[in-house]
Amino acid sequence: MPQTTTQEPLIALNGVGKWYGAYHALKNVNMTVRKGEKIVLCGPSGSGKSTLIRCINHLEEIQEGKITVEGTTLTDSARAIDAVRREVGMVFQSFNLFPHKTIMENCTLAPMRVKGLSKAEAETIARKYLERVRIVDQADKYPAQLSGGQQQRAAIARALCMEPKAMLFDEPTSALDPEMVKEVLDTMIGLARDGMTMICVTHEMGFARQVADRVVFMASGEIIEEGPPETFFRNPQHERTRTFLGEILAHH
Amino acid sequence: MASIGFNELFFLAQGLKWTLALTLIGFVGGGIFGLLVALARTAEITWLRRVTAGYIAIFQGTPLLMQLFVVYYGVALVGLNIDAWLAVAIAFTLHASAYLGEIWRGGIQAVPKGQTEAAKALGLHYASTIKDVILPQAFKISLPATIGFLVQLIKGTSLAAIVGFVELSRAGQIVSNQTFRPLTVFALVGLAYFLICWPLSLWGARTERRLQTAAR
Ligand SMILES: Nc1ncnc2c1ncn2[C@@H]1O[C@H](COP(=O)(O)OP(=O)(O)OP(=O)(O)O)[C@@H](O)[C@H]1O
Ligand SMILES: [Mg+2]
Repeated sequence: MPQTTTQEPLIALNGVGKWYGAYHALKNVNMTVRKGEKIVLCGPSGSGKSTLIRCINHLEEIQEGKITVEGTTLTDSARAIDAVRREVGMVFQSFNLFPHKTIMENCTLAPMRVKGLSKAEAETIARKYLERVRIVDQADKYPAQLSGGQQQRAAIARALCMEPKAMLFDEPTSALDPEMVKEVLDTMIGLARDGMTMICVTHEMGFARQVADRVVFMASGEIIEEGPPETFFRNPQHERTRTFLGEILAHH
Repeated sequence: MASIGFNELFFLAQGLKWTLALTLIGFVGGGIFGLLVALARTAEITWLRRVTAGYIAIFQGTPLLMQLFVVYYGVALVGLNIDAWLAVAIAFTLHASAYLGEIWRGGIQAVPKGQTEAAKALGLHYASTIKDVILPQAFKISLPATIGFLVQLIKGTSLAAIVGFVELSRAGQIVSNQTFRPLTVFALVGLAYFLICWPLSLWGARTERRLQTAAR
C-alpha cells in the first residue's frame, strides 16, 4: 500500500469530555489523525465509539476539551460547524439515504445546496463517484430498489460527492447481510488505497489488518490502547483488550 | 306548498359555492400557518415549542363554534370593523392551522432521526434539510390524516351559519323554510356534502393502505 500519511494533523481531539445528562460518555479522549491516516475504532457495545465520531462532525456536542478539523476548532458557531462538515463525510450503519430521492438526487442534493453547484455540475461529480463505487447504472433508482450493499455504496458515493478530506464510518457493514459485506469493505479499501483519511468504527478485523494504520480500542468512554494492527492484534497490552479481541475473534 | 325549482337549486348552489370557498380558505390559510405551527412544534427552541403546544391545546380543546364566536365578536370588540367573511376566514384559518400543525408535527417526528443526521453530516442547513429531506417524507406520512381533517373541515364550515353566513347548510334551511319540503331539501344538501366528502375519504383510505404496505 502506498504510504500516503503525512505529519500534518487533519483531525485532533484534545481532552474531549462528553456527557449525556449525567452519563459520562467520553472521558478525556485524545486522538490525532494525520492526513491520509486510516484509523479503526473498536470496542464493546456502549463504549462510546459512535459518540466519538459523531462529535467530530458535531452531530453531538462536547462539554469539555477541544476538537480541531483542518485548522478549524469546533465551537457552537454555525460557521465552524459548517466548515468542519464540509471537510468531513459520514457513512452510517443504516445508510440513511433519502428514500424519496433517486440515487442520483441523493448524490446531487448537498453539492447543489451547500456548494451552489449547478445540476449539471453536480451530476458530473455524482456520476464520477457512483462509477467509483460501481453503481452508476443504478443512478435513477430509488434506494428501496437497491440491495443493502448497493445502498451503502450509494451512501458512500453521496458523502464523496462533497469531496471531503476525511470520512467517518460508523459500523458501515453491521446492517448488511453477510454476502454484501465484502462489496462495501472492498469499496472502503479502494478509498483507503486512494489516500482518503478515514476513521472507521468496525468490528471487521480483517479490514483493520488490511488497511488500518492504527487500531484504537475504547471501553467505557475511554481510549484504552492503540497501535498498528500487527502489534495491536498480536500483543494487546490490556486485559480488557484481550477479552474483547477474544470475543470478537470467536464470533468471526 | 311551493316546489323546488331552478331558483331554489340556484340558491343551494350559491351556498355550496360558499362552503367550498370557506373550506379552501381554511385549508390554504390553515395549511400555511399550520406548516409554521408544525415547524415551531419541532424546533430546537424550547419556548417556541411550548407556545405552539399551548396554541394547539386551545384550538383542539374548544369547540369550533366557540372559536367562530370569539373571533367574530372579538374583532368587533377590539374596534375593528371587518366583514363577516374575513372574521370567519380568520377563525377557520386559526382552527385549521392548529389541527394541521399537530398532524404535520407528528409526520415530521415520524421521519427517522437518521434522515436529519445524514442531512446535517452533508452540511445541509435547516431550510434545505426541512424542505428537501424532512417535509416530503412527513407529508407522505401525514397524508391520510390530512385528508381526514379536510373532510372534517368541509362539514365544519356549516357552523359558519351561526354568524349569519349562508353556506350550504344554511341555504338548505332557508330553502326548506320557503318550500316546506325539508326532507327533499336536506336530502339534496346531504347528497352534495356526501359527493364531496366521500371520494376524499376513499382517497384517504387508499393512501393509508399504500403507506401500510410500503412500511411492511
Ligand atoms: N442520545 C443519547 N442519550 C443518552 N445516552 C446516549 C445517547 N447516545 C448514546 N448514549 C449512551 O452513551 C454510551 C455510548 O454510546 P455509543 O452509541 O457511543 O456506543 P458505541 O460504542 O457506539 O456502541 P455500539 O457498539 O452499540 O454502537 C452508551 O451507554 C449509550 O447508551
Ligand atoms: Mg455505535
